[in-house]
Amino acid sequence: MASITLKNVIKRYGNGKSANQVIHGVSAEITDGEFVVIVGPSGCGKSTLLRMVAGLEEISSGDISIGNRVVNDLEPSERDIAMVFQNYALYPHMSVFENMAYGLKIAKVPAQEIAARVDKAAKILEIGPFMSRKPRELSGGQRQRVAMGRAIVRQPQVFLFDEPLSNLDAKLRAQTRLEIQKLHRELGITSLFVTHDQVEAMTLAQRMMVMNAGVMEQFGTPEEVYNRPATTFVAGFMGSPPMNLLKNAPDAPPNTIVGVRPEHLDITPTGWGLKVEAVEMLGAERLTYGRWTHGAADELVIIRTEEHHVAPHVGHTICVTPRPEKLHQFDAATGKRKDGST
Amino acid sequence: MVERRPWLTVLSHAVLILGVLVVAFPLYLTLVASTQTSQAIVQSPMPLLPGGHLIENYTAAWNGTGGGSGSKAPVGQMMMVSLISALIISLGKIAISLLSAFAIVYFRFPFRMFFFWAIFITLMLPVEVRIGPTYKVVSDLGMLNSYAGLTIPLIASATATFLFRQFFLTVPEELVEAARMDGAGPMRFFKDVLVPLSKTSIAALFVIQFIYGWNQYLWPLLVTTNENMYPVVIGIKRMISGGDSEMQWNIVMATAVLAMLPPALVVMLMQKWFVKGLVDTEK
Repeated sequence: MASITLKNVIKRYGNGKSANQVIHGVSAEITDGEFVVIVGPSGCGKSTLLRMVAGLEEISSGDISIGNRVVNDLEPSERDIAMVFQNYALYPHMSVFENMAYGLKIAKVPAQEIAARVDKAAKILEIGPFMSRKPRELSGGQRQRVAMGRAIVRQPQVFLFDEPLSNLDAKLRAQTRLEIQKLHRELGITSLFVTHDQVEAMTLAQRMMVMNAGVMEQFGTPEEVYNRPATTFVAGFMGSPPMNLLKNAPDAPPNTIVGVRPEHLDITPTGWGLKVEAVEMLGAERLTYGRWTHGAADELVIIRTEEHHVAPHVGHTICVTPRPEKLHQFDAATGKRKDGST
Repeated sequence: MVERRPWLTVLSHAVLILGVLVVAFPLYLTLVASTQTSQAIVQSPMPLLPGGHLIENYTAAWNGTGGGSGSKAPVGQMMMVSLISALIISLGKIAISLLSAFAIVYFRFPFRMFFFWAIFITLMLPVEVRIGPTYKVVSDLGMLNSYAGLTIPLIASATATFLFRQFFLTVPEELVEAARMDGAGPMRFFKDVLVPLSKTSIAALFVIQFIYGWNQYLWPLLVTTNENMYPVVIGIKRMISGGDSEMQWNIVMATAVLAMLPPALVVMLMQKWFVKGLVDTEK
């Protein structure tokens, strides 16, 4: 077990003037046994950050420590970590058993212990029957399990996951998500999990790190991130549909962006007048897209109502009122949350 | 074409049969000639059906007791020379090109691209072009009439290096990283992952290079002057003495048939692997 500390970690490619900086000084403390999800849109640097922790990318500046040991100059195999890759990266010519045992074999673990550890991991992941098969004879979900098994048998201090669920179909993904949670509860190993999928992030994370363009925008529990987004980026990225960000709300202070989540707008007899442009029925709930024109402003507002509410008609005008305690205020210039603490 | 037209089927078969006849006829003639007496062959027209001297011709060729005025090196021994050289050439080529391709693809060292292009450019320089200087070097090193002289100049191979390079480039980057996480050093990765993954390519290359080595003519012609070191291809040439003397064509043909057997055998036995190596990538 170990904590991970990132201290002003910077990654740049190239040297001198042509250098292209992709991670701009990320600092974070991940406590022992915690499950942390790094989430962000593609190209935000989340995988690069993970690969720096793994030792597959050099650290341009700053320090990464695992369990109070600075690992900047250690080889991946010396960092006491295990990684699950997006495409699983199983050795195609080795059987499942050999795949899982390879790292231990190199570390010169006695054959008996290898067999015992692989056996135990196979039992946890229920892949016992496939031990002598080759990866190409397995389904995507089974391969995924083998990749996790390979990580487990090493008994590392830290698990690193690089979008391990993105190659699975939706049903299997939901199931595997639960299994990863269960696994983490049982083994209690510090885990870093990279994903671009906010549902995965919300459901798996004990704490999540929201990244955008190489900057860590917020680091907090899923509740904090959802209920008190630190920046307009986080507010717009988390939640589907995203938070309404209104640049010209009527009773807001100047230079303020007002945010309100679609489910926190109620259809009322009076309030903001919206011209309904589209209505989407999603089963349990209904999304209404309304155009709000007031003064010079012209903004698209999304409202989420439950299915049993009356459906607005396209072309009609409806009135909505936000719940006052659910309004968020952001600085228009910096995009930062206004009420200070996040 | 998947059209169902009977006359097309007939036509395509006719073309194929014609092709087979054209290719197979010289081979058949060689086989027939190797079963006749030398007198029968020089008759006009020569007999087109097998004769009754098969066993005595082949034993004569094998033991080098064929008579005639040319070289009388025993075929058995020449085939041994051919086999050893062809094996050294093909295995040597594979070993060297695997290693050089590994270096070029997986290591970042100064002048990497220079070395790659240096190797690549030698593709355009076959043995024949550099035969003069190579002969000088080999003879100065005292390697004439030796296996070293027969094989070493033929081992370096740009083609094979290039082939392995292309294959290594298709191995996913994540596999390299997984091996690093597992603590496999470069040579360990090479031995445990790359070589097993390349085995079909290796097999295909072995077939091609074995035949290449076996069929070498010009180079052995220069560096072997001693009958004991003749490869079988040279042996055939030396049996034909030229001039007016009576030629033992039956023995020459028997030798030719024997010389054809090992490459044919390699192709037949390795055919499955050979096709696999050229066609699929198994991933």
